[in-house]
Amino acid sequence: MAHTPMSIDELKRMAGIIRCDIIEMICTAGAGHPGGSLSATDVVTALYFRLMRIDPTNPDWPDRDRFILSKGHACPVWYAALAERGYFDKKHLATLRRLGSILQGHPDMHKCPGIDMTVGSLGQGFSVGLGMALAGKLRKKDYHVWVVVGDGESQEGSIWEAAMAAPKWKLDNLTVILDRNHLQNDFCVDDEMPIEPVADKWRAFNWHVEKIDGHSMEQVVAALEAAKDRTGVPTAIIAETVKGKGVSFMENVADWHGKAPCLEEAGKALDEIRRCFCEI
Amino acid sequence: MKSKYRYVLPQILALLASKDLFAKATSEPTRYSYAAALLELGGKNPNVVSLDADVSKSMKTTMFAAKFPERSFNFGIAEQNMMAAAAGMATTGLIPFANTYAVFASMRALDMVRNSIHYPHLNVKIAASHSGITPGPDGVTHQAQEDLSIMRSIAGSTVIAPADPTSTKMAVHAAAAYDGPVYLSFTRDPVPVLYDETFPFKIGKAVLVREGKDAAVIANRDLVVQALIAAELLAKKGIDVRVIDCHTLKPLDEQMVLTAARDTGAIVTAENNIIYGGLGSAVAEVLVEKFPIPMKRVGVGNTFAESGPYLEVIDKYGLTARHIVKAVAGVLKRKPARSAKSPVLPKANVRAELRKSKTLAHAGGKH
Repeated sequence: MAHTPMSIDELKRMAGIIRCDIIEMICTAGAGHPGGSLSATDVVTALYFRLMRIDPTNPDWPDRDRFILSKGHACPVWYAALAERGYFDKKHLATLRRLGSILQGHPDMHKCPGIDMTVGSLGQGFSVGLGMALAGKLRKKDYHVWVVVGDGESQEGSIWEAAMAAPKWKLDNLTVILDRNHLQNDFCVDDEMPIEPVADKWRAFNWHVEKIDGHSMEQVVAALEAAKDRTGVPTAIIAETVKGKGVSFMENVADWHGKAPCLEEAGKALDEIRRCFCEI
Repeated sequence: MKSKYRYVLPQILALLASKDLFAKATSEPTRYSYAAALLELGGKNPNVVSLDADVSKSMKTTMFAAKFPERSFNFGIAEQNMMAAAAGMATTGLIPFANTYAVFASMRALDMVRNSIHYPHLNVKIAASHSGITPGPDGVTHQAQEDLSIMRSIAGSTVIAPADPTSTKMAVHAAAAYDGPVYLSFTRDPVPVLYDETFPFKIGKAVLVREGKDAAVIANRDLVVQALIAAELLAKKGIDVRVIDCHTLKPLDEQMVLTAARDTGAIVTAENNIIYGGLGSAVAEVLVEKFPIPMKRVGVGNTFAESGPYLEVIDKYGLTARHIVKAVAGVLKRKPARSAKSPVLPKANVRAELRKSKTLAHAGGKH
């Protein structure tokens, strides 16, 4: 499948387009999770438009890289990336959370092309990715498994069960990107149930750890490319992010974890995103 | 006289009436029968992988690990991670058998079992030992008296609780051949080898193992042998009961249940599982909606059990042959006199009901 990996500038513009899709989708649906979608946008964009070995015309290709958004509630970013990458027609984005839609409130692998795993209940997608990586090693396949985990999600015990397991099997074909946006449904992560020192935790579990600015496309791409090439050990990328990134009134506001913008708010958000990202 | 029994080994028939069946019969915990079958499967199908959570010695899946080390994965005491990882492996075409005890498989890791395995209908086989109150000595924390009820309530689930080592091995092979999640329930404690190799194991098809006309006992897993013993005790009193091994709890063999109801007019269910939501409930649902007749459930009541030798514990908690005998006597008293046998539906209606229920089941399933 011919697809030229995007340049950094192209990725930045695509991240802007995906952010606009996210706002439009959630506004149209009247429900959804904008904050955590916007914080993960740059990482997801870099993966789908530069890093991952995929073929949108053959979503079940056995040798493809796998992507799992373990924080499944942020699926608007996943759906937007898949649509922009050509997995399905963009017109579906307007059907998010509607009866009969391929775009469920939390992703369903059998309804939506390109969704590598049904997720939603936190803490599970990471373990699923671990299983995919184990299967890759067993079958001597060279695909890579990319998993985005939320920082609030890191409070789930099963995250650390999987974190303990991956180095045992030297799963260098598995990369976790921690979307460290500091907010969860109720409050600030660090007030509600502190996860720091989170990089040290991953290091203590024998992962290679990188800390990056998750909104610097240069840093995102460099860290992902290094993770893909690293051997003998799985990589955890702690991506420092801003919840609601790109929309001033959503940034760092916990209430925008799971709230839809009204038409007026969406218009303001789209203006801001277009000014910021699409004129690069 | 022609034997009323089918598939039951002669040496078991000779022992049924004696008090020391369990002492004299060849017995094996079905967790070991499972491990033997898994080992066979490993040789036949390179996609079969075995996942453990620190009970591989107890379940003897160490045999698989020794022969196929590259296809054996021990996750440590982390059942949640194991179940979701099994789902991930299944997405690639592997056939993971995830081995643990039933309390952990059906309760601790239930969220993963529901959301990551059953919702996407992934091809994971959940191998659960210590199901029901079969771990007598281990006590309540390890006695999964609810596992079958819980697993039955999940959409698209297939739940199998085989009665003996012979049918257990057949169940494991059948589960591997089926594309989708299967919950396999095994015993910690030994149960007698009941059947010969002609036992016709098919997922969803209960097996009539003793003919009888006065009442029918529908049992699963370790209570099938208790039902057979009960049938002998009842025969001495001149009561002739049919015994059905309902190894597949879900999908339930409705036809077998309705035929038994129509032929005998009284049903007793026997399960080493809480009476809420398991075999008794499943059979009652069919009877109430399609052919209401006197029925009694034998199972664990609204209580937790305790530690003790397996046979002593299940006897104290109402799960042995004498309890089945009492239940049969009870339903027979409630059975209307033959002349006024009611309510009897015309045969054609029963068939129509069955057709309807099958259509509904297919509409809901995704296989």
